[in-house]
Amino acid sequence: MIPASFWLSFLIWFPVASGLVLLALGSRAPSFARGFALVTSILAFALSVVVWIGFRDGTASMQFVERIAWIPLLHVNYHLGIDGISLPFLVLTTFSTVLVVLAGWRVIEYKQAAYFAAFLLMEGFMNGVFAALDGLLFYFFWEAMLIPMFIIIGVWGGPRRIYASFKFFLYTFLGSVLMLVALIYLGQRTGSYDLLTLQRTPLGLGTQIWLFIAFLLAFAVKVPMWPVHTWLPDAHVEAPTGGSVILAAIMLKMGAYGFLRLSLPITPDASRYFSGLMVALSLIAIVYIGFVALVQTDMKKLIAYSSIVHMGFVTLGFFALFFMAGASAIEAARMGVQGGIFQMISHGLVSAALFLCVGVLYDRLHSREISTYGGIARTMPVFGALFVFFAMANVGLPGTSGFVGEFQVILATWVANPWWSLFAALNLVIGAGFTLWLIKRVVFGPVLNEPVAKLVDVTMRERLFLFLLVVPVLLFGLWPSPILDVMRASVAHLVHQALATKIPRGLGP
Amino acid sequence: MASLALWIILAPLMAALVTGLAGSHLGRRLTHMLTIAGVAVSCVLSFWVLLRVLGGARLDAPVYTWMVSGGIPFQIGFLVDPLSALLALVVTFVSLAVHIYSIGYMADDPGDIRFFSYISLFTFAMLLLVLANNFLQLFIGWEGVGLVSYLLIGFWFEKPTATAAALKAFLVNRIGDLGFILGIAMVLHYTGSLAYAAVFARVPDLVGTTVNLGFGWHVQVLTLMGLLLFVGAMGKSAQIPLHVWLPDSMEGPTPISALIHAATMVTAGVYLVARLSPLYIHAPVALSVILVIGSLTAFFMGILGVVATDIKRVIAYSTLSQLGYMMAGLGASAFAAGIFHLVTHAFFKALLFLAAGSVILAMHHEQDMRKMGGLRKYLPVTYATFLVGALALVAFPGFSGYFSKDALIDAVGQSPIAGAAFAYVLLLLSVFVTALYTFRMLFMVFHGTERMDAHTREHLHESPWVVTLPLVMLAVPALAVGWILFHPLLGGSFFASSLATPLGVNPLARFAHLTAWHFFLSAWDAPTFYLMLAGLGVAVYGYLWRPEWPARVAAGAGPLYRMLLQGYGFDALYLRLGAAGSVLLGRGLWKWGDERVIDGMAVNGTASRIGWLGSLVRKLQTGFLYQYAFTMVSALVVLVFWALVRY
Repeated sequence: MIPASFWLSFLIWFPVASGLVLLALGSRAPSFARGFALVTSILAFALSVVVWIGFRDGTASMQFVERIAWIPLLHVNYHLGIDGISLPFLVLTTFSTVLVVLAGWRVIEYKQAAYFAAFLLMEGFMNGVFAALDGLLFYFFWEAMLIPMFIIIGVWGGPRRIYASFKFFLYTFLGSVLMLVALIYLGQRTGSYDLLTLQRTPLGLGTQIWLFIAFLLAFAVKVPMWPVHTWLPDAHVEAPTGGSVILAAIMLKMGAYGFLRLSLPITPDASRYFSGLMVALSLIAIVYIGFVALVQTDMKKLIAYSSIVHMGFVTLGFFALFFMAGASAIEAARMGVQGGIFQMISHGLVSAALFLCVGVLYDRLHSREISTYGGIARTMPVFGALFVFFAMANVGLPGTSGFVGEFQVILATWVANPWWSLFAALNLVIGAGFTLWLIKRVVFGPVLNEPVAKLVDVTMRERLFLFLLVVPVLLFGLWPSPILDVMRASVAHLVHQALATKIPRGLGP
Repeated sequence: MASLALWIILAPLMAALVTGLAGSHLGRRLTHMLTIAGVAVSCVLSFWVLLRVLGGARLDAPVYTWMVSGGIPFQIGFLVDPLSALLALVVTFVSLAVHIYSIGYMADDPGDIRFFSYISLFTFAMLLLVLANNFLQLFIGWEGVGLVSYLLIGFWFEKPTATAAALKAFLVNRIGDLGFILGIAMVLHYTGSLAYAAVFARVPDLVGTTVNLGFGWHVQVLTLMGLLLFVGAMGKSAQIPLHVWLPDSMEGPTPISALIHAATMVTAGVYLVARLSPLYIHAPVALSVILVIGSLTAFFMGILGVVATDIKRVIAYSTLSQLGYMMAGLGASAFAAGIFHLVTHAFFKALLFLAAGSVILAMHHEQDMRKMGGLRKYLPVTYATFLVGALALVAFPGFSGYFSKDALIDAVGQSPIAGAAFAYVLLLLSVFVTALYTFRMLFMVFHGTERMDAHTREHLHESPWVVTLPLVMLAVPALAVGWILFHPLLGGSFFASSLATPLGVNPLARFAHLTAWHFFLSAWDAPTFYLMLAGLGVAVYGYLWRPEWPARVAAGAGPLYRMLLQGYGFDALYLRLGAAGSVLLGRGLWKWGDERVIDGMAVNGTASRIGWLGSLVRKLQTGFLYQYAFTMVSALVVLVFWALVRY
């Protein structure tokens, strides 16, 4: 048995408390705010690393479990715990927050303390989503994290920030309300909101289908899956750099994480029932959105669409598992899920890096238009090299983390259906097309004009946060084992859950 | 030997990293020295490893486990056998020559530190590819060389043509990789491993197994596997119709044209097919496709060399043609002949490129052969070495190209694979074409009237020794390597443990007891010799005796000539269909699909409500953060409790 601990609570409430403190005294001491935020975020990151070190591989059971009755009347518990699937996302969250604080260091002038406070609050809530094992607690954090993001876009965003923030909020909120309804239904029916209990509860197919649809609306919007993706480019374009980073690195992962935590294990038969649809939507995301990304003229929009493509691999890896056939079916299913999860982590790093790169350019010329730039490799050689590096990671070049997930998903999908594998692999060409065409126009070519000629290369601070991202992108590209080893047992357990039926014997749907 | 093999790979990597990260602090001289030292260490070790391999040593060992997925370990590991050891030596030797040469060639370039770092990195990636013992590492190296090729084609990144060529090279290669990665997926699915040894052991069991592609379409597993992997090889080795990137890659500096786009990277596809010979011997249909595509590339790309006027493009088309030869040899299941030609070609083609670079230096970066002529008296060393390369290229008896190419053509003639007769005719015709474009180039550059302007002529002089030394370094093997390797590679048992022998007729059987000397003596018996002389004769007539004649022929063959100048229209077609078509499709999906259908119709009702909400919110927008936060949190709380109370 794993002893009760306070680690996860600390990871959640320490950033939240710090955020509240900042809110309270922020405006009185603006220069104190960013230092305080940096120290807090580094501490939280260090803490998550300690949790990683203390984590035992090779078991699918929950670790660092905390469980206290919260609303006993409704059987709601404050129940936290992590397995090998959630652990990497905790670390990714705390790591991204450090980057965001560094990225906002000099750039944010308006209400600086509140800006950093919002990110700290969000960090805590996001950690909460990844650690929650109670349905209502999960929902609480899920909605709570929207608030700071809504404010970040609405206050520090671009000219159309109000439109974008409302589009973002309504889109995701409407979806998640249905998730709440589904969770309450489950809680009423089983007398428990405990996710692990719900995962074991038998459910008829008809019930599962309704629950799956409710979950799907919440998660598909977040991923985002085609065709409910149109909020993302708007949100990214209007969000400040830090907001885009968190949105792309962590928030997009919530939907996919929801599939892993709720849809697949709680409604496995419905997941199987809808798996064809899910695969189709994933493949559409990869190919359709790939072409849309190709013609974007705004760098942030291009990267936003690229995110949708990459998330398509994630959902493809998850839902292809129902189509695996032959002797190696289980292995292929695990490879696909594992590849999808790795892709989530890698995309978190790479898209964060690309948004930070765009931020670096935006801070200088206040434009996200591709046509504003050209030939910056001459004036910003270090930045150019870093931008090309992250672009290559986005293209999925072996040796970067971007390759590992896509590779596994393509290999695994072949077992399900060779044609799907072909469709997914089209991204090798289309993804290279939109990413490197961007690079060609922005980084290479003759120096475009006077403003570009006057650009100064990345400062030490900018170098720092970009190099901080080079390290994991390269490390996990050359040696993905550490992440995969952590999640292996949990993935195997999840695949087992997803492939088992929960329909009670002798009962119709 | 494991650590030796590791150092072969690590030495250039370390040089690349140090000079890439700290090059500006090290300065030029130290950068040159470090990178040359790195590749020299690698070259010496490769030579030593080859000697050990000749003594019977082998190595097939993992270095570390990259990942475990689906119960299968994916490892990084080395395979040192005769094939990989020989190619490692070729790669490091040519790379060493190119490193030295680049000191002179890039002397005036402000980016030369970056350049040296890149070519060392390239050497690393190429060795990673060659020495891999599994498909994963092969693919990592494969993409690694592709990356460096991209960076080096676009090395002069302020030239729009260079960056366009780099992008084109990457994308066309990615089309090949699309097939390659699906081939790898298939290998994993059907053999349960990506390690060569384990895969090859499983291959015989797969004979007769079919894969159902749906629509009632059943295909032999090994055929489809072989074809998909060959698509990868077509991309890297620039076979029709994926050849279009290679001529444009000449936008890069000449030393990398020699190293990457002639001697090493572009032959990776040839290496791939040869390495997988234990698989291909069971896939005769795939071999037929390789044979036909190879011979088509050999002939039709060779013809383009006859009309090109840019000296580098002539050599590039020649490279395409020779790659076609190699592929055709492999397709005929004369794997050893294909690899033999790869080796000799690496030396003489790198030599030709570097010699052309020396000419370009002397001509102040003029590459148009119509503005050259009579250069032999100004550039004696360059001329002599270029001549050696040219004679090797046209397969003049005694030069290295003769031994490899004529043996290869002979083997295709012997092959029972379907399509061999067709391929044999094309390859024979290509001999004439090869001689024609090669001697045309030789005469236009080094003989005849001096057509350059007076200013250029006054400054004509032989290149410095750092440039000419590598020419001599490469001229020696271009002369000698055919004599040395002919018997061991084709007749002996050198490749016995690396390359599979075909199941039926062995097209190389007649070389089992033939020495290089006897093969040399039999040169006059083969049709190739006379075809080569015919090409020489036409070139002498048209470019030495009657220089006005080619223009008349071109004018006479108007439409045909224009079609050749446009490279059969592949580029135009791809631009229209691939590039413009994709953009059009993307714009359609975006404006029509996303904005009109999804946002316009589906989200329309919601959208108008957002607008209404927006107007409402403008009244609430007070600018105070805590008010927003308070409103949001209280709304959330109300919602949660409302939902709870209802149940």
